[in-house]
Amino acid sequence: MGATAVLALPMSLWAQLTQYDLNARLAAAESHIGNTTGHAKDAALPYRRFCVGCHGPLGDGNGENAPYMQPPMFQQPRDFQLGVFKCRSTPTGTLPTDQDLYDSITRGFDRSNMPQWNTLSKQERADLVAWVKHFSPRWANEKPGTPITIPPEPEVTAERIKAGRDVFARVQCWKCHGVQGMANGPSASTLTDDLGRPIAAFNFTEGSRPKCGDTDRDIYRIFMTGLDGTPMPSFADNIKPEEAWDLVFYLRTFMHQKSKEKELAKQLGLKPVDPNAPVPTQ
Amino acid sequence: MSTLTRSRFSRSSSSIPFLTAALVLVFLVLGVSQPANALPAFARKYGLRCSACHESWPMLNYFGQKFKDNGYQLMNDRDAPIWQNPGYWPVTFRITPIWHRVSTGKVPIDTYVGGVATGNQTIQRVTSSGFDLSGLDFHTGGTLEKNISFYVLPSSNSSAQFHFETVMGRLDNLFGSPWLNVKFGKFELDNLLSEKRILTLTANGGVYQLYHFRPVGDGNIFGQMGDNQLGVEVMGHSTNDRTRYAVAVYSSEDGTVGLPDGNAYTAYITGSQAFDAGKLGVQRLGFYAMVGEAPTTWLTSGGALFGGANGTGPAAIGNKSFSREGFVGQFYFGPHFDLQVVTQHGQDDAWFGQGYGDLIGGNASLNNTTGTTLPAGAQSPSWNGILLEPHYVFSPQLIFIGRYETIRMSQQANGAACTACLGTGGPSASNLGNLSTYTIGYRYNPFMTSRAGFAWHNEYNWLHSDGTGPVAGTNINTSELLIGFDFDF
Repeated sequence: MGATAVLALPMSLWAQLTQYDLNARLAAAESHIGNTTGHAKDAALPYRRFCVGCHGPLGDGNGENAPYMQPPMFQQPRDFQLGVFKCRSTPTGTLPTDQDLYDSITRGFDRSNMPQWNTLSKQERADLVAWVKHFSPRWANEKPGTPITIPPEPEVTAERIKAGRDVFARVQCWKCHGVQGMANGPSASTLTDDLGRPIAAFNFTEGSRPKCGDTDRDIYRIFMTGLDGTPMPSFADNIKPEEAWDLVFYLRTFMHQKSKEKELAKQLGLKPVDPNAPVPTQ
Repeated sequence: MSTLTRSRFSRSSSSIPFLTAALVLVFLVLGVSQPANALPAFARKYGLRCSACHESWPMLNYFGQKFKDNGYQLMNDRDAPIWQNPGYWPVTFRITPIWHRVSTGKVPIDTYVGGVATGNQTIQRVTSSGFDLSGLDFHTGGTLEKNISFYVLPSSNSSAQFHFETVMGRLDNLFGSPWLNVKFGKFELDNLLSEKRILTLTANGGVYQLYHFRPVGDGNIFGQMGDNQLGVEVMGHSTNDRTRYAVAVYSSEDGTVGLPDGNAYTAYITGSQAFDAGKLGVQRLGFYAMVGEAPTTWLTSGGALFGGANGTGPAAIGNKSFSREGFVGQFYFGPHFDLQVVTQHGQDDAWFGQGYGDLIGGNASLNNTTGTTLPAGAQSPSWNGILLEPHYVFSPQLIFIGRYETIRMSQQANGAACTACLGTGGPSASNLGNLSTYTIGYRYNPFMTSRAGFAWHNEYNWLHSDGTGPVAGTNINTSELLIGFDFDF
C-alpha cells in the first residue's frame, strides 16, 4: 500500500503539471537570433525555472519576489504584458528587436536583480525571447522598429569632449544626472517611471555599468533611443549624430574606469557645467 | 489586455484533493514528517527561486555554478551587504527526518544455546528499519564586501556533535578579472560533480564511492576527493563560466584540524570547457588530477605517539605518494535529461597498500619506523572506476535520479610473490575490493519559492563488494531504502 502511494505521487503530478494553457499566441511566438529560431512553447520550463519568481506566471512583473524589490534601490521586475522595454536599438515608442531582448537577457541589468543569463544556451535564450514576446499583444499587431543608424565612432579629441560638455548643458542632462554625473541633479529626487514608481537617474561615477550596455555604441544608443517607460527620453530629435559622439566622450569623463577621455579632461582642466549659465546654442 | 490565464502554472483545483489525499496516505502509511531543500539564504538575498541555481536542490545548474564561481555574487553591483536590509542574516539550516531500511548480508553473528554464548558465529543477513534523523547543517555564506566572500558550515551528526565542515574566505575577481580568485580555509575541492551537493541521501548512495575509494586494507585516507580539505585554492573562469580551472594545495589531513599528519601536502588541479550544442543544451568536458603525499611514520616519545595525535603536531614523516585522475562530463539532451560522468584512475604507494598511513582513523599500529621494510611481493594498488548519474528533470520541482558506479582493481597491494603481506599474507584475488553500486530515487518539491526548500525524497541503493565477506572470498551485498522530508530554511 505504501509503495502504491509512493508511486501515485509522481503520477498525479504528471497529470497536473501538463495542464498548461497553450493558447494560440504561445504556439505562434517565435524569435530569430542569427540562425537560431526560438520557440515560446519550448521556454515554459526555463521561464518557470529562472524567471517566474520575479516576472510572475503571467509576465506582469508580479512574481512572488516583486514586493521586496523596492525602487529606487532595486527596480521592479519588467511587466512583459505592456510590451515596453528600456533597452532597444529601435526608436522610442517602438518594439525592440529580438536581438535587443536577447542581449538584455544575456547582459542582465546592473543595480537590479536581473542577472546575466549568459550561462544559458543560445537556444534557451532565444526561446525565452519568444516567450517574453508572447505575453504582450503588441507583437501580434506591430512590427519591431528599425534599428537606428549609428555612424562610425570618431577619434576622441579634447575639442570633442568640450563639445560634448556643451551638449550636456544644452539638453540639460544635469537636471537629473547632476553636473558631475552623480545622479544628484535638481530633478533626481522627483523621478518616476511610467507606472508612477520612483526611479533613480544613472550615477556615472559609482562604477556601475549602464543598464543597456557599457560600450561607447551602447551609450550612444541609450540617449538616441531613450529608455522607454522611464523619464530618460530619446534625444534623437535634439542631438545630431556627431554631437551624440561628443556627448558619449564627455560622459566617459565622469566614469570610474580609466579612459582617454578622463585623461584629456584632466589635461583640459574641464569644469562641470554651470546650471546658471546661459544654455549653449546648437 | 492579456488573455493569459494562471492555469498555465497552477494545478487544476480538481486535482488538489487527490494530491492531498495521496500525500496524507503516504504520511499515514510511512509515518515520518517534514523535509526540505535549497540554500534559501542566497535565494532570499537575491529573490531568486531555488530552481534558478539548482537543477534540483542542492545540485547546481550552470547558472548556480557561475554564481558560486563569482563568490556567491550575481555581479549586479548590489552584492555587498551594504545593499541588504540590515536585518538580513545569511543563515540556512538543513535537516532530514527519514524512515529507512538497511539490509546487510554476511554479517557474523554470535550464537547462543540456553542463553550462553557458544563462541561460534553464524553468517547471516541483518535487516533493520525505523525512523531516524540526518545530521544538521547550518550554512552561512555570502559576501563581506563586494568581491570578498565567505562560507561557514557547522555541521553535526544525528546526535548533534558538531564540527566545521566548511570555513573559508575568498577574494574574488582579483585585479578585476574573473580568472583570479583565491580561497583560503576548509572547503570542498572544485569537483564538477559535487558530493556536497549530491541528490541522494542513503549511507552508500549519499556519497560518490569513486571519491572515497580505498583498496581493501589500504591505509591512505588522504586521497578522498569528496572530503573537504584545509588549504588554499586559486580558481578562475570566463565571464559566462564556459571555461573553468582550479588549482588547490592543501594539507594531507583529510580535512582534520590540529595537524595530526603535519608536513604533507596534496595538490588538486581541475579544468573544464563547456560547449553550446544547440537544442541539446550546454555540454561540458573536464579533467581532474590529484597528486599528493601523506605520512606513514609516526614519531614516538617514551613509546607513545608524539604530538600529532594530541593536536600538537607535526609528528609525522615518511611521506609516500598517491594520485587520482580522471575525466568529467556533463551531457545534456534537451531540457529534461542529462547524464553526469566521472572516471577515475587511482594509485597508492605500496606502503599505503600494506595498511600504513591512517592515524586519523586511529590505526597507528603500523608504523614505518627506521628499518621497517615492505613485505616481499607488496606493490602499489591501483584501480579504475566510472560513475554514471542520469537525471530526468520532469520540472524544476520533480527530478528522477539514477546512478551506477563501478570500481575495478587493476593491481592489488598483495602481489603474486606475497607470503607475509597484509591480511591473509598471500596474494590477493584480482577482484578483491571491486565495488558496484546502483542508486535510484526521486525528489519532489511541492512548492518552489525563494524563501525555503522542502523535498519529498525517495531513494533505494544497492551496493556490492567483491571478496570482502567474513568467509574468505565471498561477496557482500548491502541495500538501503530511504524515505524522508529533506528541508531547509
